[in-house]
Amino acid sequence: MTTLQIPVVTPVDGGGVLSLLWLVIALPLAGAAILLLGGRRTNAWGHLLGTATALGSFLIGLLTFLSLLGRDEGDRSIGQHLFTWIQVGHFDVGMDLLLDPLSALFVLLITGVGSLIHIYSIGYMEHDDRRRRFFGYLNLFIAAMLTLVLAADYLVLFLGWEGVGLASYLLIGFWQHKPTAAAAAKKAFVMNRVGDLGLSLAIMLIFVTFGTTSFAGVSAAAGGASEATLNAIGLLLLLGACGKSAQFPLQAWLLDAMEGPTPVSALIHAATMVTAGVYLITRSNFIYEGAALAQTTVVAIAVITLLWGAIIGCAKDDIKKVLAGSTMSQIGYMMLGAGLGPAGYAFAIFHLLTHGFFKANMFLGAGSVMHAMDDEVDMRHYGALQKAVPITFLTFAMGYLAIIGFPGFAGFWSKDKIIETAFDQNPWIGVAAIIGAGITAFYMTRLMLMTFFTESRWSDDVHPHESPKVMTVPLIVLAALSVLGGFLLLGNWIVDWLSPVVGVAEHHEPAIPALAMTAIVVIVVAAGVALAWFTIGRTQVPREAPQDVSPFTRAARADLYGDAINEGLVIRPVGNLVTGLMAIDHTIIDGAVEGQAAGMGGLAGALRKVQNGFVRSYALSILAGAILVALAMLVVNL
Amino acid sequence: MSDFPWLSLLVLVPLAGAVVTALIPAGRGSPLPKQVAFGAALLTLAVAVVVTVQYAAGDGMQFTETHEWIPAFGAHYALGVDGIGLTLVLLTSLLLPVVVLASWRDADEANTSAFFAWMLALSGLALVVFTAQDVFLFYVAFEATLIPAYFLIGSFGIADRATRSKAAMKFLLYMLAGGLIMLASVVGLYAVSAQAGEPTYLIPDLAKLDIDQTTGRWLFAGFFIAFAIKAPLFPVHTWLPDTTAAATPGTSVLLICVLDKIGTYGMLRFCLGLFPEASRWATPLVVTLAVISIIYGALLAIGQKDMLRLIGLTSLSHFGFIVLGIFVMSSQGISGSTFYMFNHGVATAIMFLVAGYLIHRSGSAKISAHGGVEKVAPILAGLFLVGGLGTLGLPGLSPFVSEFLVLVGGFDYSWVVGAFAVTGIVLAAIYVLLMYQRLMTGPSRPATAGFKDLNSREIGAITPLVLVMLLFGFFPQPALDVINPAVETTMEVVGQSDEPPVVPASEQEDHQ
Repeated sequence: MTTLQIPVVTPVDGGGVLSLLWLVIALPLAGAAILLLGGRRTNAWGHLLGTATALGSFLIGLLTFLSLLGRDEGDRSIGQHLFTWIQVGHFDVGMDLLLDPLSALFVLLITGVGSLIHIYSIGYMEHDDRRRRFFGYLNLFIAAMLTLVLAADYLVLFLGWEGVGLASYLLIGFWQHKPTAAAAAKKAFVMNRVGDLGLSLAIMLIFVTFGTTSFAGVSAAAGGASEATLNAIGLLLLLGACGKSAQFPLQAWLLDAMEGPTPVSALIHAATMVTAGVYLITRSNFIYEGAALAQTTVVAIAVITLLWGAIIGCAKDDIKKVLAGSTMSQIGYMMLGAGLGPAGYAFAIFHLLTHGFFKANMFLGAGSVMHAMDDEVDMRHYGALQKAVPITFLTFAMGYLAIIGFPGFAGFWSKDKIIETAFDQNPWIGVAAIIGAGITAFYMTRLMLMTFFTESRWSDDVHPHESPKVMTVPLIVLAALSVLGGFLLLGNWIVDWLSPVVGVAEHHEPAIPALAMTAIVVIVVAAGVALAWFTIGRTQVPREAPQDVSPFTRAARADLYGDAINEGLVIRPVGNLVTGLMAIDHTIIDGAVEGQAAGMGGLAGALRKVQNGFVRSYALSILAGAILVALAMLVVNL
Repeated sequence: MSDFPWLSLLVLVPLAGAVVTALIPAGRGSPLPKQVAFGAALLTLAVAVVVTVQYAAGDGMQFTETHEWIPAFGAHYALGVDGIGLTLVLLTSLLLPVVVLASWRDADEANTSAFFAWMLALSGLALVVFTAQDVFLFYVAFEATLIPAYFLIGSFGIADRATRSKAAMKFLLYMLAGGLIMLASVVGLYAVSAQAGEPTYLIPDLAKLDIDQTTGRWLFAGFFIAFAIKAPLFPVHTWLPDTTAAATPGTSVLLICVLDKIGTYGMLRFCLGLFPEASRWATPLVVTLAVISIIYGALLAIGQKDMLRLIGLTSLSHFGFIVLGIFVMSSQGISGSTFYMFNHGVATAIMFLVAGYLIHRSGSAKISAHGGVEKVAPILAGLFLVGGLGTLGLPGLSPFVSEFLVLVGGFDYSWVVGAFAVTGIVLAAIYVLLMYQRLMTGPSRPATAGFKDLNSREIGAITPLVLVMLLFGFFPQPALDVINPAVETTMEVVGQSDEPPVVPASEQEDHQ
């Protein structure tokens, strides 16, 4: 056991611009309230207001970040007490906010990428007659997500956590007249609730153990708890993280969630909400530091998911589902980083940020392609689009290079660091992560080739056109960030920045020199690209997916049977249980009562002959009788 | 505090309103009885608000009035409220005008005056139950509520006449059975207090009695069984779905959201308050039944095909939570349960009433007859979803606060109990969202295609409930500040105190 210093959360009063922190949340919340309650009156300018509140929130977030940057390293944990939320006995939860180096980065990501996606949606949703409501939901999401990351207490975090779940539900089911969208929305919420069950239990266990649920209180006392307790808390938190971040075994909802409008997929199901699990584990570093078993489980789940998602990505023809599988896999990398402890936390967050840039970029790019192709999502009906949508193609290409880890691009730096750290801790995990990188290169190249290169396989009535500026400008900004995101690592900045929150790892020399490691990763990635080039780029892509494929392809197309497993292990047994209980309730439990009642009815029938036959008369006489008996007994007693 | 008998006035307004409404000679669907009833309901709410404003949290039982009633049995006309009673008084007087407004057209085909008169009478009697400080007065009012309830179910339901009569009869027989068992305990209490000297039914005097263990347990059982039927708790719940499926949604709100709280209120006030030893003795059994109710009710709800039966069964699950919180006997559990009684009333009322609006339009309570409502009536669908989200315990809405407190209490009692009870939150998500999906989403169907969205009366009835749910979701503390002192008193009576944390966080953590 290493004796690392576990950082204790000790927020101080900020003052100055930092006292505006609550406004970061309040602005989009007010936007959501106005747009959702204002009705048709707000139709004309609703999208502009929604975008303005997101931008305003970003501006304040930037100011608070700069203010934090100007403070001493040990003084960058700012607390803000708004009011007492719930207090009963010593259960005392304040509506408290915490801005520290970790949450400050998230605020910038959420409001920054969020604002870009708001702007993009002005164009993307232009012809939808419920656009105002869409922006209301987006604002609601931003407010909830900011609550999640700015909370200074597990229960307040849970408020944001469920809030983003609600926004996700509403937005996946935005086109709820489509039965598939409605079903996908419900599936996402229910599977997330299974995770929330874990998070709820974790919060209860935290309260029972420490008598508080605030990060400050728990981080100070965590060292005194037994390892078994910390493991239990860690595993329960992980269950919550698996639900929200679509990690194995709660991953199946994410692919269906692509039913939502594409900007939603970019914002919620790629850049921000689905990374909340990584945030939760990083934030709870003081728990995991003493919970070896829980930490190992995080790593195991991460490795399974990063391969699982990547394999699914290889077999999908729906461009959004490829990206969804990819998101699952990339979050697996972040989880892996978070599971590696203080050595990995900073890189997990680093990868989370760069992924936020390049994945939002590619999802919005996919939306732009769909816009051009009359909402077609099947890549087998794309092809040769690089000339038709040149800006989309170029920006998408930046995202592509970033995700496969092309040297110099954002994803190269962040993924490389996670692989390196993983290899250092356990070579097998490192190997799995490298294989994942190779598969990533394969499916992303496949996507690029099928969409922008190869021969055109468009439907006859499709006339692709580039998207308007309001959509391409956000793409350009995100493409730039996909290229330049690696600057966060310059001079080890992000590691130093986060160290007051996540601690510092002991430095030691890796077994394989970093440069050699990088070279190996680049070679594996190149192999993945080459494989895609030879299997797809140099052959004819059929318009219909071939059916005579290997069992492996079939399994990958079926999401590795994730839904079938859920169906067989959970849905059908619960369904049978419900049917069985309904029968029991009717025949046995109610049957016993009805049997009694039938006896009573017989009695009443006999009495009916001497009385007037109205049931209500019996009721009244029984009642009167009861009271009379009471009186009589009392009289006797006297 | 003034000596004005505010609680008598509070009780008198709806009861007098009931008499006046009943006496109005009016044809079917005539507006006059509705207007009078709505006026009386608003006046009741106004009196309840005046009481609340004058109420001083932490000063124990207030607005007490005690007059001798039947000296021979020691029965008194004694009223009073503490934080627990006040919560339920507020719930009753908030829901009464809402239900009257929402049910405006529900009795147009029947005796309109009688319908609204019974509603006022039922609420007035419920207010007596929640303010009674004398067991005999409580018992009489408790039984008397059955008369308006019986007629509301039997004469005005949405089901056909035969089904209604059967449901009403089943309800009545269940309740009478419970009432008779309780009567035995009421008589027994008299005997005990007569033995100790002066016979009395005043609750504070009874609480001071030294009841021997065996007698206490028997008396406890009598009260508990009656309250378990009322609440209801597994396995004496089967009247519940039959009743909600037959009655008008407004009646169901009064029965499930208000009247059933007598069961859980009674457990708290009488079982814990008068028989603390027996309550502690029965805890393992009661907690087990509560957890079964939570899961069993939710599973049954998932399988229902009738939306009113479904909403009725969700309450079985929720009453499981309330009973669990009461019997784990920690401050989080009991405060959570008390607040839960209020929040469940509000959220479930939204579900019942909006379902009623839907049935009014489509003419069917069958879930499968609907679909695509959101497209034609987005406000109706939206309000239904808000009520559903409250029911499934979404943070930000008040039911979450109470549900989480109860779960914390349950977990503190035993982690196994917490782990079983918490599955309720997943099952709740399933039954609410599955019902929403089947009713509101997808393409519209023949039955739902020509729908009009809600009118302003219908929206106006639901809006206050939504606002209350949101307000207490983010700012529950004003309510909890009223409830907590009363719960502390109860905890002292039961002789329980909260478990200290295992590894207390040091004193350095405070809000700045």
